[in-house]
Amino acid sequence: MDHVTFFALALPLIVVATMVVVHPSPVYSALFLVMTLFLLAVYFLFLDAHMVAALQIIVYAGAIMVLFLFVIMLLNLQTEPREQQRRGLRRAALIGGGILVLELFLLLRRLPTGDTPEQALPAGFGTVQALSERLFTDFLLPFEITSILLLVAMVGAVVLAKRQG
Amino acid sequence: MEQYVPVLIALILGGLIATAMVFASAILGPQKHAPVKEEPFECGNPPSGSAWGRFSVKFYLAAILFIIFDIEVVFLYPWAVVFRQLGLFGFIEMLVFVLILAVGLVYIIKKGALEPA
Repeated sequence: MDHVTFFALALPLIVVATMVVVHPSPVYSALFLVMTLFLLAVYFLFLDAHMVAALQIIVYAGAIMVLFLFVIMLLNLQTEPREQQRRGLRRAALIGGGILVLELFLLLRRLPTGDTPEQALPAGFGTVQALSERLFTDFLLPFEITSILLLVAMVGAVVLAKRQG
Repeated sequence: MEQYVPVLIALILGGLIATAMVFASAILGPQKHAPVKEEPFECGNPPSGSAWGRFSVKFYLAAILFIIFDIEVVFLYPWAVVFRQLGLFGFIEMLVFVLILAVGLVYIIKKGALEPA
């Protein structure tokens, strides 16, 4: 991934991610979050993580966003008036964000420099094909057990949510 | 990355068509403003209350169950990619997976968790 593509993607990503936080209407924030997730999926594609990119769109932009919209509807969030943004909250956000940026900076300094030659990836690395071949043969048992995990999640959700009925 | 060029083209085309339709209706359509016309359409009735109505928590269960079945679909996708190579073995494998989840679906329907009331 060359620098031009990286920044061509990073700029809109930062803009839409900022809009998620800044926009006063929660529904617009949710829509901007969808755009953020889509742009992140493109990054995964550049990292040869094709399956992760697909998951990002199917699960996050699809299912998790539905959950977010439900929360917005359930809580009946109105468009947030400007004066409600408290000063203390903003100060706390600035301090928290500052610490995060500092931590990231310290972490990035410890990364090896780009001088090391990139190792050639085996052919078909990260493709859905390669992943599926292993998932449905070598990882057969974990795959089948996943269905039981999902079954437990289903029953658990029904038992917890329908207790009164 | 070349295999994703059609995806990019579809995205751009979709965006263009959507934008074109919004602007075309604004430009081509007759513009006659009237107080009744400005009202949001609500099945022909006079609008009642705010559009920001509060929803029942019961619908949340449907959303959670949707996520669980969405995860199931996530497994169907890589399976479909290698379906021909796996043959009968892959078919039985997925049959077991889907049947276990079908038990959950039967449980959900029997419990009436998908009933709207």
